[in-house]
Amino acid sequence: MNKILQKWAPPLLMFVMALWFFGNLRAPKDTTFAFTEFGQLPLTANGRIVPLDSLARNSLLEIREKQTLNAEPWKSWTEKPKIIPAIEWLANVMMNPVVADEWPAFRVDNPDLISLLKLPEKDFAKHFDGKHYSWNQIQPALDTFRKENDRVQRIEAANRTAYENAIVKMNQRLSLYEQLKNSVQPANAQDWPAEIEAFEKMIPEAVAAAKAQQAGEKFDQQKFAEFAGYVQAFQFMSGWQPPLILPPNGTRDWRRMGDALLDAPRGATLDAFIHAYVAMTGAFAANDPDQFNAALRELQSQLVATQPTAVAKARAEVFFNQMQPFYGAMVIYVLAGLLAVFYWFNLSETIRRCSVWLVWLALVIHTVGLIYRMVLEGRPPVTNLYSSAIFIGWGAVVLGLILEKFHRNAIGLVVACGIGFITLIIAHHLALNGDTMEMMRAVLDTNFWLATHVVAVTIGYASTFVAGFLGLLYVVLGVFTPNLTRPMTKTGASIVGTAGALIAKGHRLQANKEFSEAAEKGELGKSIARMIYGIVCFATLFSFVGTVLGGIWADQSWGRFWGWDPKENGALIIVLWNALILHLRWGGIIRERGLVNCAIGGNIVTAWSWFGVNMLGIGLHSYGFTDAAFKWLVLFVVSQLAFIALGSLPLKSWRSFGHKTVPA
Amino acid sequence: MLMKKIVGIFTSLKLTVTLLAFSIVLVFVGTLAQADEGLYSAQAHYFKQWIVVGAQIFGHHIPLLLPGGYLLGVLLLVNLVCGHIYRFQLTPKKIGIQLAHLGVIVLLVGQLSTDLLSRELQMHFTQGETRSYSDSATEYELNIVSGDVGIAFPEKVLKPGSELRHENLPFTVRVKQHWHNSDASFRAPMMKNAPPLTTNGVALHFDFSSAPDVKAMDSRNIPTAIIEIITDKGSLGEWVASDWSGDPGLVANFQQSYAEKIGATMAHDLAVKLAAQQSISVGGKTYSFTMRPARVRHPFSMTLLKATHTVYPGTDIPKDFRSRVLIDNAATKEKREVEISMNHPLRYGGYTYYQYQMTAGEMVERAGQTPSSVLSVVRNPSWLTPYVGCILVGIGLIIQFMYHLIGFISKAKTKAKAI
Repeated sequence: MNKILQKWAPPLLMFVMALWFFGNLRAPKDTTFAFTEFGQLPLTANGRIVPLDSLARNSLLEIREKQTLNAEPWKSWTEKPKIIPAIEWLANVMMNPVVADEWPAFRVDNPDLISLLKLPEKDFAKHFDGKHYSWNQIQPALDTFRKENDRVQRIEAANRTAYENAIVKMNQRLSLYEQLKNSVQPANAQDWPAEIEAFEKMIPEAVAAAKAQQAGEKFDQQKFAEFAGYVQAFQFMSGWQPPLILPPNGTRDWRRMGDALLDAPRGATLDAFIHAYVAMTGAFAANDPDQFNAALRELQSQLVATQPTAVAKARAEVFFNQMQPFYGAMVIYVLAGLLAVFYWFNLSETIRRCSVWLVWLALVIHTVGLIYRMVLEGRPPVTNLYSSAIFIGWGAVVLGLILEKFHRNAIGLVVACGIGFITLIIAHHLALNGDTMEMMRAVLDTNFWLATHVVAVTIGYASTFVAGFLGLLYVVLGVFTPNLTRPMTKTGASIVGTAGALIAKGHRLQANKEFSEAAEKGELGKSIARMIYGIVCFATLFSFVGTVLGGIWADQSWGRFWGWDPKENGALIIVLWNALILHLRWGGIIRERGLVNCAIGGNIVTAWSWFGVNMLGIGLHSYGFTDAAFKWLVLFVVSQLAFIALGSLPLKSWRSFGHKTVPA
Repeated sequence: MLMKKIVGIFTSLKLTVTLLAFSIVLVFVGTLAQADEGLYSAQAHYFKQWIVVGAQIFGHHIPLLLPGGYLLGVLLLVNLVCGHIYRFQLTPKKIGIQLAHLGVIVLLVGQLSTDLLSRELQMHFTQGETRSYSDSATEYELNIVSGDVGIAFPEKVLKPGSELRHENLPFTVRVKQHWHNSDASFRAPMMKNAPPLTTNGVALHFDFSSAPDVKAMDSRNIPTAIIEIITDKGSLGEWVASDWSGDPGLVANFQQSYAEKIGATMAHDLAVKLAAQQSISVGGKTYSFTMRPARVRHPFSMTLLKATHTVYPGTDIPKDFRSRVLIDNAATKEKREVEISMNHPLRYGGYTYYQYQMTAGEMVERAGQTPSSVLSVVRNPSWLTPYVGCILVGIGLIIQFMYHLIGFISKAKTKAKAI
């Protein structure tokens, strides 16, 4: 029975977690409005074809920093506040803003901004949570806000205060909201289908009136003025530069609704796409699901007939959004990491194997997500800061599993899960900036260099972090536990056991030899140090090659191999750091603990290159990042320095070495 | 004995380690300082330097003494070469490391020679224009032209008080003042009480003043000089020679900034006055003079046929910049069209032409401007060294890595068998 449990527990656990993951793949069934299908409609936003579902999620992330809308944020979780999916929120913003304007969709944190906008403070009884506000609450103070925004926009980004940054961010959020509100109908439309019908009917007469006016003849003043009103409304819509929701038709590429309507008097008829969107809008505002779904189906069949690739791409992306592979992988990493740590307490091989199986599952999900993104984008894995986080995590997990394969003491597992989890959390926060699959600027638009330089440098980052994380484990396990001088594997323990038995039997000479061998080779500390050394070699290779490839790319695109750009310098410091560690070790200047402390220093150096240099706001690579990250970077650096200090304590205050009992 | 000691020092790992550690500190400090000092001056202060004294970081002056980039580079190179010769062994265990270090030597030598030999220029043209020269991005010259004869004095000889002569010039130029970077402003009538800088030419309408050197990348200094023209009959007066009046782009910017204040027509008049050619008549010949970027002539010409700037639909994210250029080389009888775009430079006649900046696309066309393009023109005889260095180090480290990995795996296998 026990044997069966030992054999089958790991795959069983993996199967359960896999079931949990696949259970999330199915979209919830729509009972009234067909939001799922609505979310699959393709459009062009941020320069690429996206489904409405992505537009909804990314917009809500930008405005509210969450992928869902909590309509009752003053309620605690136990009171079950009403949660609205992103796509439902977007549908209301675009087609029924009267409702959406009431929802507390705007997150406002800065206290000065809150008082500038005269927003109510936290008062749960009055349904204010002090953080989330609706358009209708903000709208009265818009004039004040715009004046302040005009002032702030003139200040150079690097010189803005936290409050001024909050103004800039709020301005982006408000503009985005206005864009969405003006993408299908003018934000202030009363009865859109009726207005469009009237407009369409009026076109021939209005065109005649306009011609007459130009020719200096008598014309229908009233018709002309009415028509001018429409034109003004459509221009207002397009002026916000909302997403291009209308698919190509004839010679025209993807269009904004406003632009397409402005085209109508010039002879372009209102096509089926426009009518379908208008019909959907009318039905949605009138709360008529049947009619909405009918119009949606009509639009979909038109799209499938004319834009099959866009439809397929949009559907694939919706599936990806639904799958949330990185979230799934993150949860499983946590579970596997806990199991791996638990292993050190009882050295149960079954638990270790459970953890291995789970890490494999998480890695598969992580990989699927990574590849799915690459296919959607048609790009190598790393294209921006967000995807670099995903890829660093992935690389670290692969390295961790390789280490585990050879050392079998759960160290590789803890490294894999630790870095996997942390990088995916970082990626999650980076995603708050909006679309993570944005288009590549002209200089970066080359798959060859993205696939070589960027991937190599990122693997260099990942492996330096792995070495650093191993160093952290060494220090923590050494200072706080006695485990570092123990063999933390079943086989190692059995060797020590054999040696002990031999000693008991009086085979002193042979036992001593075997014992010292076991102690030397099997000790956890020695094993970690060997891993660090190997990984640092690996990191040197990749960071060096990656950095030089970056130089060659620079030489190819602007004729300068090395420009001392901050990002280049950051990468160079990693190379120098790794080379320094290796030379220190070869020269015998550092030994085991020196190696460990230097490896932890690698964490600081890599974090500096990954995030720190972007905060300097200079150079070609500074693709910008908020200063919220600065606080975290400082915290991280301080924590690493603390670990180095801990690692420099004299050995006698380490639990692992202080009470080391050497057999006679 | 002494020799042995010196060899010992220069081949020692301790020296390597010290140099690496200093390099890390230098690169870190030099990067931080870029925020204050700007990319170029920080480079000159820290990396293209033998000894670094003092640093400017986040608005604070920090007293420190560091070996500069040149010193570290040269010492590392000596250390590497000595170590390489001293420890050279052709064994499978060492071959990887040897190769890797050879690669680093190639890289270091390549970078030092790039620093000494490479030249960075620019070619500016609007659509339809033909150019047979490139301009320096950082160096300027005082250029004096009469008919076909042009004489250029590089900026470094323009020291106040110095006198410039040339066999083709019937006069001496005495430098009264020279500003490496300068501002220009309009001398509004009734507003300015101070006398003009000089009593001739452009200074009657405009004031020039010294300005601090630019820091930001992609921005440049605008030099101005006050010169006195002296013939054997005596002084002909003082004049201002400024890049402000020589560069059409600067004149256009100047016009734009004044258009808001004083209206479009008056700003246009100002621009005409600013751009007016500064010249003087000596011995029946007219000599015109200006400050302008230092020029390098090419034995061929290039015509910008079309500048294209595309964006992703519905956004202003640039998707592509490309210039279609006609090369006309009389010597080789070449007359062909080429396309230069981001990441696809043209290598021709010892120089490489890269797409650098561009003013083109829908916005420009709507504003009724002619599209224009700037190519970065680089001559770098050692451009191949990074490629070679990278390959050597890559192969070397892979060999070394594989050697250890195979050893480790076979050991792990025998151990597994033994258990």
